Amino acid sequence: MSDHRTVLSLQGVTKRFGGLIAVNDLDFDVAEHEVLGLIGPNGSGKSTTMNLISGALSVSEGEIALRGQVISDLPPHKIARRGVARTFQLVRMLPSMSVMENVMAGGVFGHRRRWGRDAERQVMKMLELVGLDRRANARPSELTYIDTKRVELARVLVGDPKVLLLDEWLAGLNPTELEEGIALVKQLRDEGRTIVLVEHVMDAIRSLCDRCVVMSSGQKIAEGATEQVLSDPEVIRAYLGEDDA
Amino acid sequence: MMRMKSTDYKALSVSIVLLLIAICLPWIVGDFALTLAVNMAMFTVLATSWALFSGPTHYISLATAAFFGLGAYTMGLGVDHLPFWLLVILAGLFGAIMAGIIGLATLRLSGVYFVIFTLGLAEMTRQIITYIQNATGQKGILISIWFEESTFYWMLVALAALIFLVGWLIGRSRLGFALRIIGDDEEVARHSGINTALSKVLLFMIPGSVAAMSGAIIAPRYGYIEPLIAFTPMLSFQVVIMALLGGTGRLWGPLAGVIPFSILWELISASFPNQTTLLLGLSFLIIVYLLPQGFVGLLLKIRAKIGDGRGY
Ligand SMILES: Nc1ncnc2c1ncn2[C@@H]1O[C@H](COP(=O)(O)OP(=O)(O)OP(=O)(O)O)[C@@H](O)[C@H]1O
Ligand SMILES: [Mg+2]
Repeated sequence: MSDHRTVLSLQGVTKRFGGLIAVNDLDFDVAEHEVLGLIGPNGSGKSTTMNLISGALSVSEGEIALRGQVISDLPPHKIARRGVARTFQLVRMLPSMSVMENVMAGGVFGHRRRWGRDAERQVMKMLELVGLDRRANARPSELTYIDTKRVELARVLVGDPKVLLLDEWLAGLNPTELEEGIALVKQLRDEGRTIVLVEHVMDAIRSLCDRCVVMSSGQKIAEGATEQVLSDPEVIRAYLGEDDA
Repeated sequence: MMRMKSTDYKALSVSIVLLLIAICLPWIVGDFALTLAVNMAMFTVLATSWALFSGPTHYISLATAAFFGLGAYTMGLGVDHLPFWLLVILAGLFGAIMAGIIGLATLRLSGVYFVIFTLGLAEMTRQIITYIQNATGQKGILISIWFEESTFYWMLVALAALIFLVGWLIGRSRLGFALRIIGDDEEVARHSGINTALSKVLLFMIPGSVAAMSGAIIAPRYGYIEPLIAFTPMLSFQVVIMALLGGTGRLWGPLAGVIPFSILWELISASFPNQTTLLLGLSFLIIVYLLPQGFVGLLLKIRAKIGDGRGY
């Protein structure tokens, strides 16, 4: 592990909503070029964790650091500028803008601050990567569901982030789309991107994640190599305790 | 986004021609039309700058009267001590500062609270000035300088041209893009690295500053200002209606609302002087129902239809 540089690290991270503890004393590290799966049953605190990392929510206790620098006291736009990019569990498009502009939004103000021709070129590159280069002038309302997901992915990629937070990016896709989606994320992994992946789809988790952190009721109940974690009895119990495995 | 496209050149040449026509107007038209033209120029200034902020962000500001009155009073209080032009610039500065403070206090609020706050603020400012004047035994301020109607007109046209230039530059800038993103989805904006609060405050300073400058420029035309003239809430509503009638999706949108509305307003206040507020409210409802995107939206829709017909 010594050659793996830690990009993102959470220490004792806790989030309370009134009496409810949504995330409880959570620790984990994400190494460079790693795809870390953040998994667990519904309501276990995965999205809340993503919101804490990206600054959408502020931590109640604990610390989140990016390359050793604390970011958990920064507002979201500053965290984005440091190189943390995220998608949303429910896709968010900019409805009045073209696909091109939707993607450009992610590359102008954040970690990379491109503008003009330079930005346009980068946007086209990302649209090609996600397979939407021919729809650059379309409006979000004209796109299929998976294409809006592609736009969102291109938007977070265009800023060349240090860490990519994908919250159930593969949810809601039909089997063919799912296959395409998995291939796309795999490609990102092969490019050496650092990704935190919240996911329910087991096939996706198996084929994409190097390691997994498993949450249940806000707590980490397991961490380790994907296959090993998925066969952990406690993890199986947590999932079966919910009714869908 | 930063390059000049051929459509930009076309828009630029059309704008220059229109500006030249606007400049020549006082030599062509009579006194009555010129008076109407001064009002139109003033509302073009106010509505266009209002739309620069409210168009992309969807925050409806009813504070125009507060800034306008601030400018008028800057002129009224300073005109015997400082040169006119300096006072106009000072008014713009005060307006920007006031807008900055209001912005910092309110732009974190959601849209509805912002509307109420700005309206309340304008009224409060008016009441405070009234109170101070009553305390000092004054009713209003006489303004001792006077310009020809055409001079007022040219000053306002110059200010309008400046606003169009600024608006055009903002539209091509990162700030303009940031505001459109904020208007669409503030959360996406924040997570894309945009300092949403700062962007909104910066942009809100433009209509604040411009409305104060208009108030300063136009104050000598009134000759005598008192709170109810300088801070009339009607002004804020008129600006909103004109901007929405024209549409805020394009820079020229508000102008397309100002021209017909000013003429209509002239007719209304001549024929039904006692029902102006009622008719103003009525026209507001009609606009919001029939033309939610204003003339701009209507035109774009028609253009899209024609485009479809040609099989594009
Ligand atoms: N803003 C909030 N206010 C109050 N409670 C919240 C808030 N956000 C989340 N919660 C609660 O925190 C807990 C964890 O929610 P979270 O969305 O993080 O779960 P999740 O693991 O992402 O679930 P899912 O798999 O369904 O997306 C839930 O009980 C949820 O109701
Ligand atoms: Mg979730």
